Amino acid sequence: MTLAAANGGEPLIRWDWIGDHTGQLADLTAHHLKLALLPILFGLIVAIPLGLLCARWRWLYPPTLGVANVLYGLPSLALFMLCIPYFGIGSGGRADFTIIVPLTLFSLSVLVPNVVDGLRSVPDPVRQAATAMGFGTLRRLIQVELPIAVPVVIAGARVAAVSSISLVSVGTLIGNGGLGQLFVDGYSRDFTTPIIVSCVLIIVLALVSDGVLVAAQRLLTPWARRGTR
Amino acid sequence: MIQFDGVTKRYADGTVAVDDLTLQIPTGQITVLVGPSGCGKTTTLRMINRLIEPTSGTITIDGEDVRAQDPARLRRGIGYVIQHAGLFPHRTIVDNIATVPYLLGWDKKKARTTALELMERVGLDTKMAKRYPYQLSGGQQQRVGVARALAADPPVMLMDEPFSAVDPIVRKSLQEEFIRLQSELRKTIAFVTHDIDEAIKLGHTVAVFKVGGVLAQHSTPDELLAEPADDFVREFLGGEKGLKRLRFNRDLDRQDEPGAERQDKPDVEAAER
Repeated sequence: MTLAAANGGEPLIRWDWIGDHTGQLADLTAHHLKLALLPILFGLIVAIPLGLLCARWRWLYPPTLGVANVLYGLPSLALFMLCIPYFGIGSGGRADFTIIVPLTLFSLSVLVPNVVDGLRSVPDPVRQAATAMGFGTLRRLIQVELPIAVPVVIAGARVAAVSSISLVSVGTLIGNGGLGQLFVDGYSRDFTTPIIVSCVLIIVLALVSDGVLVAAQRLLTPWARRGTR
Repeated sequence: MIQFDGVTKRYADGTVAVDDLTLQIPTGQITVLVGPSGCGKTTTLRMINRLIEPTSGTITIDGEDVRAQDPARLRRGIGYVIQHAGLFPHRTIVDNIATVPYLLGWDKKKARTTALELMERVGLDTKMAKRYPYQLSGGQQQRVGVARALAADPPVMLMDEPFSAVDPIVRKSLQEEFIRLQSELRKTIAFVTHDIDEAIKLGHTVAVFKVGGVLAQHSTPDELLAEPADDFVREFLGGEKGLKRLRFNRDLDRQDEPGAERQDKPDVEAAER
């Protein structure tokens, strides 16, 4: 079943090409996922303590948010190139950090505000009751405020994950773009199949990651199932 | 006994929330702090467990200055119930109730057993133990709030408008159960409300505050109704008309429990059985 010819009698999608390249497609998909989602993990590891600090000492928040936003404003390609001298160029191994580090920085601009907003979403009576029952500041943050912030933090992680999955493709320009590599491949050979396949796979990855995060939220916060506070 | 001695709370902007308050909250009794908003009743309550620190004066519980104690440790020994219960949304009912026992480092099993006992005590079905607060009605949440405050069996309880956010019918039943519970437990309770009916109904003594944190009168409900100390108190009780209504209601309440002072209520209940 071939689709209508788009250029010079060549079909839009050549299913046999897909069949011949399943191994490569699986590898690229896995690599794309790694490049996109490790930054979210690292981002959370940085954003949670940073958000806690910003919630504890409020004056820290505006400058932190300012820095995160400026970072987000930088072109991703520029940041990738800035990282080349440190981690190298190419795909796999150490060179992956050329992509992972900038994407981690990008994720912070979404994750930090969400951690802070999440902590601020804790209802006042709850915070007050915790204090009045004898929670110290740190224990209250970790045992009461942070768990209550989880739905808002995960909402941020969902946005960051989808944006990260799409940004990885830009890495193609420095030779490490996961599924984005297929773009270049397709364009340089005037061959549409890899382009369409990579687009579809990237969209599927975004949808699946989002679904996994939604499921994670349901598991982690059974108490919030009927609409989050 | 909780003793306030010349306690004043003045904020940085000069507002005086509580003005030179001297007040005794007797052991094993309910002392109701009542007054219009801005009268300093909640501030007074919160100074007991150091959520707010007084500007001057001393507060002692059984002779011990509260400010000489570590705030967190002090608070674990004082039950606290607030208007919207303030339950932890992310913890089940049983874990909410066991909060203070957990903080005190009790064995988890013992803490949960105690929590389940308390659920029954405050009139909650133990089938709800594994539910989350959002699955409960306002009245049920408030019962959980009371159970949580009682969990580590503190001698002192502070209650800040605990029944104000529920509808009148639920409020009435919560009040009645609270009276029953207190007749068994005999806690030293400071109870804040803006509702004079509730104050008269629940208090062994009632402390009426004026705006500006001045104590206008502290006496038993009967004395309060018989002899309001000044025009402010008379006005707060609703003038002649209000007084008539409150006295009438009080007589009705008494007919419900013939010849019974509230302290003797367990005996009355025993006699009824």
